[in-house]
Amino acid sequence: MNFDYTFHWRPVFRKLPELLEASLVTLQVSVLSMIIGIAIGLVLALLRIGGPKPLAWVASGWIETARNTPALFQLFFFSFGLGAFGLNLTPYLIVLMGLSFNNAGYLAENFRGGFQAVPDTQLRAARSLGMSSAQAYIRIIIPQVFRIVYHPLTNQLVWAVLMSSLAMIVGFRELAGETQAQAFKTFRIFEYFAVAALIYYVMVKLILGISRLLAWRLFRY
Amino acid sequence: MNEPISFFSGFGPKDLWYLAQAAWQTLLISVLSISAGTVMGIFFGWILSESKVVGSITIGFVLDAFRSVPLIIQLVLFYNLFNVIGLAVSPFTAGVIILGVYTSALVANVARGGIESVGKPMRRAGRSLGLSYFQTMRHVVWPIGLRAVFPSWVGVALGVLKDSALVSVLGHPELLKVARDLITRTQQPLLVLAVAGAFYFALSFPISRYAAHLERKWQS
Repeated sequence: MNFDYTFHWRPVFRKLPELLEASLVTLQVSVLSMIIGIAIGLVLALLRIGGPKPLAWVASGWIETARNTPALFQLFFFSFGLGAFGLNLTPYLIVLMGLSFNNAGYLAENFRGGFQAVPDTQLRAARSLGMSSAQAYIRIIIPQVFRIVYHPLTNQLVWAVLMSSLAMIVGFRELAGETQAQAFKTFRIFEYFAVAALIYYVMVKLILGISRLLAWRLFRY
Repeated sequence: MNEPISFFSGFGPKDLWYLAQAAWQTLLISVLSISAGTVMGIFFGWILSESKVVGSITIGFVLDAFRSVPLIIQLVLFYNLFNVIGLAVSPFTAGVIILGVYTSALVANVARGGIESVGKPMRRAGRSLGLSYFQTMRHVVWPIGLRAVFPSWVGVALGVLKDSALVSVLGHPELLKVARDLITRTQQPLLVLAVAGAFYFALSFPISRYAAHLERKWQS
């Protein structure tokens, strides 16, 4: 074993502002994909529980594809696959759609578990108090489901941040992509990726910390 | 007379075989890293459950770091580290090692949960029946804890199976790398992706269904 490599950290520190800016892009795309994923995931869960047959099949197909194929495969689908239809999306849209697709699939299963954990009597009680079906869902059922899926939701957000690093492969400049671009310019690959790993670690810890604070504030009663 | 040379050719039966071989590589990487990771993970989980303070500060911290950094970053980072310290490892070996350590970080949590799901009174009862510490572990904690966490272990294993796709960044010809190469050659992305996706689905879906079935059976 011969060790003739000297570490050069200075080029990395000089590019630190770029890396930090890119990590904001990471956060932005992850949070956005979570919001879209929650909206679609709720619909998928409701469709799978009690939607009309063809729609329930579509929902099941979406959920099982998202859960049983690699996230990178899904990103490839949105880049090369849609390219075959002549739809050439920007890298940003590819990543956002890929992450949202994946989030929606995983969240739908969490929501389904949540919906099944809220007793039917809650819905019937709300209906007999004169609420419409939509009102009962929005005011009674979904807040309770939200409480049940809060922790899985936080985990999924962390997961989305980690997953967004795949954007590096489709050429999007979020934290991992920016790191790769800078690393191959200077060939300081190890140093750049070590710093990127540290930034990811801090981001994940921040998200978990904030979500714990929020949970403490939201679920006090 | 010069024939025009085409670099593109359609997707043929040979390519299907090519993808099947790549799927075999994916399966190989996954099985190796899942088994190595599970053995290590159970060991780490046992340490975490037995030594609360020292264990969680040292091993717990390191394993948590592996769970909090994207796998793709870990792969590039450690593959380069191996090169930096002069260890010439193939992408395959590097992929299995890194994926194995990553798996062990996930399994450690599961294993700790399993050990802790067996109550203290149960273990004391085992000890007071005259079983040694390791006998209690083997005949009391293992069978009960395994039932509690087997579904989560399957979840971890399936996750690793899918994450093995990332070994493609190191250049090993596993399923997704080969699919990407074929797309470049055949210019038929939908067909190639559909076949590759079908391979992943065929590997993952039956296992996840079987695990869900076991979970239901054990709950009743």
